[in-house]
Amino acid sequence: MGRFGVGAVVLAGAALVSACATTGRGGQARGGEAPAAPLSRGVPADTAFASTYRPRPGVPTVIANVTIYDGKGGRVDNGAIRFEGGKVAAIGATVPTEGATVIDGRGKWVTPGIIDVHSHLGNYPSPGVQAHSDGNEVTGPVRSEVWALHAVWPQDPGFARALAGGVTVLHVLPGSANLFGGRGATLKNVPGVTALDMLMPGAPWSLKMACGENPKRVYGSRNQMPGSRMGNVALMRQTWANAEKYRADRAKPGPQFRRDLQMETLADVLEGKILVQNHCYRADEIAMVIGMTREFGYRVSAFHHAVEAYKIAPLLAAEGICAALWADWWGFKMESYDGIRENLPFVHAAGGCAITHSDDAHGIQRLNQETAKALADGRRMGLQIRDEEAWTWIGINAAKALGIADKVGSLEPGKQADVVLWNGDPLSVYSRPEKVWVDGALLHDVTNPRLRPVSDFELGHAGEGDVK
Amino acid sequence: MRRLLAVALALLLAAPTVAQERLAIAGGRVVTNTGAPVEGGTVLLSGGRVEAVLPAGAAVPEGYRRIDAAGKWVTPGIVAGISQLGAVEVHAVDEANETVARTAPASAALALETGLDPDETAIAVTRIEGVTAAVTAPFPGRTLFAGQGAIISLGEGERAPIRARAFQHVAYGELGSRIAGGSRPAAWAEILNALDEAQRLRTGLVSPMRDQHRDLRVTRDDAEALVPVLTGAQPLLVRVNKAADIRQVLTLRARYPGIRLVLVEATEGWIVADELARANVPVIALGMENLPGRFETVGATMSNVGRMVAAGVKVALGTPDLDASFQPRLLPQYAGNMVAQGRLPGGVGLSWDQAFAAISRAPAEIFGLSDMGRLAAGARADVVIWSGDPLELSSAPEAVFIGGRSQPMESRQTRLARRYLPGQPDTGLPKAWTR
Repeated sequence: MGRFGVGAVVLAGAALVSACATTGRGGQARGGEAPAAPLSRGVPADTAFASTYRPRPGVPTVIANVTIYDGKGGRVDNGAIRFEGGKVAAIGATVPTEGATVIDGRGKWVTPGIIDVHSHLGNYPSPGVQAHSDGNEVTGPVRSEVWALHAVWPQDPGFARALAGGVTVLHVLPGSANLFGGRGATLKNVPGVTALDMLMPGAPWSLKMACGENPKRVYGSRNQMPGSRMGNVALMRQTWANAEKYRADRAKPGPQFRRDLQMETLADVLEGKILVQNHCYRADEIAMVIGMTREFGYRVSAFHHAVEAYKIAPLLAAEGICAALWADWWGFKMESYDGIRENLPFVHAAGGCAITHSDDAHGIQRLNQETAKALADGRRMGLQIRDEEAWTWIGINAAKALGIADKVGSLEPGKQADVVLWNGDPLSVYSRPEKVWVDGALLHDVTNPRLRPVSDFELGHAGEGDVK
Repeated sequence: MRRLLAVALALLLAAPTVAQERLAIAGGRVVTNTGAPVEGGTVLLSGGRVEAVLPAGAAVPEGYRRIDAAGKWVTPGIVAGISQLGAVEVHAVDEANETVARTAPASAALALETGLDPDETAIAVTRIEGVTAAVTAPFPGRTLFAGQGAIISLGEGERAPIRARAFQHVAYGELGSRIAGGSRPAAWAEILNALDEAQRLRTGLVSPMRDQHRDLRVTRDDAEALVPVLTGAQPLLVRVNKAADIRQVLTLRARYPGIRLVLVEATEGWIVADELARANVPVIALGMENLPGRFETVGATMSNVGRMVAAGVKVALGTPDLDASFQPRLLPQYAGNMVAQGRLPGGVGLSWDQAFAAISRAPAEIFGLSDMGRLAAGARADVVIWSGDPLELSSAPEAVFIGGRSQPMESRQTRLARRYLPGQPDTGLPKAWTR
């Protein structure tokens, strides 16, 4: 949690108290009824919470005479792309047009759908009233048992705004009040009635971790551990030690073995099934976390909000850890004090995996613009980075950090047809997505008001269906 | 190389103490904000003021140092419509944040300029991005009245505000309701209560020696500070968003005929745009708000600014709360997005000229500073030379002049960036030895 502000953690705590009181009474009433017949047997959690996302129908489509940034650093000038059956079929100077709807892309650009690796849409939705504050389980610094998915409110109007900004995949994370915040989930940005309708099939879960100011402030202020950065690391290490034991016990379960949801997520991390997304601003703390990963034999997929990543860019590159960054946000708290505008290009120039992320319901709408600013700042410092290369920051690099680079993040035959047609150079402030396809289905079109999703919440309110 | 840089830096830093020279910024695309741009024009600066804008081809008069701006854009400096510049070093560090005093007995009487620090690092960070002046505002703490804000110059070494005690800032809507005790009626009562007390003071109904008329939340000092609001000597900036709340705020004009209202945020202003235009009440909007983040902003759209301007409302752009102290440098990006909004079918945006005015001329005019935000004879010599279109993401200032003085293009951030620029040779010493 970054942009949601320092105060949101406190609000979340207050909300929790009232929510408990209300649901507690309801629960008791239901508890008096006769229990339903038990199911004959349970199923694994991944089956119980399986995705119900289904790609919407699309038509074979060709966009021709268009400039393409392919998301993995390539560019095709005056090129074409064909997609059908939900997948990219061809990309190049020319593509077959038989049986396809052909769109003239003259003066326009095509990119893969943008991927945001750090979002709280759905778990800190709009309106941000206390009743909606579901991103932080602020009842203990180790809460690896909670899942962001379980609190995603699909009515969040932010999903549709992000779609209008070209975002087709987003990773919703728990907040950063806790050292172990819980599981994050990757969603296709097609708001459904339930969060399971959005869950991206085949995308790995993540574990949100946080170092720095937030956990030590939240718990230190309650006279609880952690109350310092020392406490942060100590409690994380002890928890990993507990997880090692649990993992060993789970491998050979004896009669005393009991399933523990908190440990289960951590053991899955140690077995490489769950990716770690680690909120960490300062270079010195990032190095400590890397030390901890060596002690316990796990990996961090990406350091998020790593405002000081530029100070240790070679280390991150050598470790193969991505840095998910803002273009220029800084100064809001002490650990963001050393922000510079060249963070993304410096990480990139060191051979690292740079990612532009948002952590914000407004920022997610303009990840192209954030990328463009950082690119220009890097060039002014003399770094040679091509436009199409910078698009990897919201393309393939983001997909890598989420473990979905085989499915999305670039425009290549066989990959999911998440495609954005921009009305101009997407690195210009004046450009916007004109059409957005998700899995080959046209779901946003600025020329067609019917393709402008309006959430249940927005129905009947001022400005319903407006151009936002 | 480093030594050369250090020497260059020392010279730059010394610039403000050097007697002001006369400058001719020649050959750029000059955005005057008073008409069409002058292609290839020359801007003459002297005595801290713009002396003239000459057409293309005009010779540079003798006695002026010529600065070549061919291929560049030359504009008045950006004026941040609302910000907290100068009042915050680190937002979440209480000791380094002067914008709010939650337990202080005083509120409306507080004057932000007493806590402003021109050496704060965000000033230089913002200045090198082309922002030359800012409206800087306190934030409400114990009461709805935040106190009096200032208009400051971002010029290196400038100690005094352009205008101290330039306005009073008050919150209504959800923020006001929360501070006042939990409802809009409570917030409204508190506002009227304070202004009525000021009215009694002004008309002599209350002797300065007597206690207050009745049990009020407002202190004597605060009530006295509100007298200039009633006379119109000080505009009242009202933070308000919801259409219904805006209509309520507009009723203040009937009750206090001298009052000069300026609305801040006004996210649903587009719904009441005609009423705002008729009332001649200007707005400092955030521009980018397009989510129902609160119930008071349910109608949020990025067409808000465009629709208000189309209705005849004077609109400036400001910076949202959390970003107000360190990101006013993003105002050109916001303005560019207002242009982009107008290019969407069904969207209402601004023309380029309107968008640039919203971050320069409009905020100056709202505060009656007719010598700012334009390049014309007599205007403050706050001038920026840009590498290209100032609203475009790839552009940046190449030179900034404030009050006619060339500004150092350095900040704590540029120092950090130079220290950690990839590909530098290893000096054999840790980074702390590199400057």
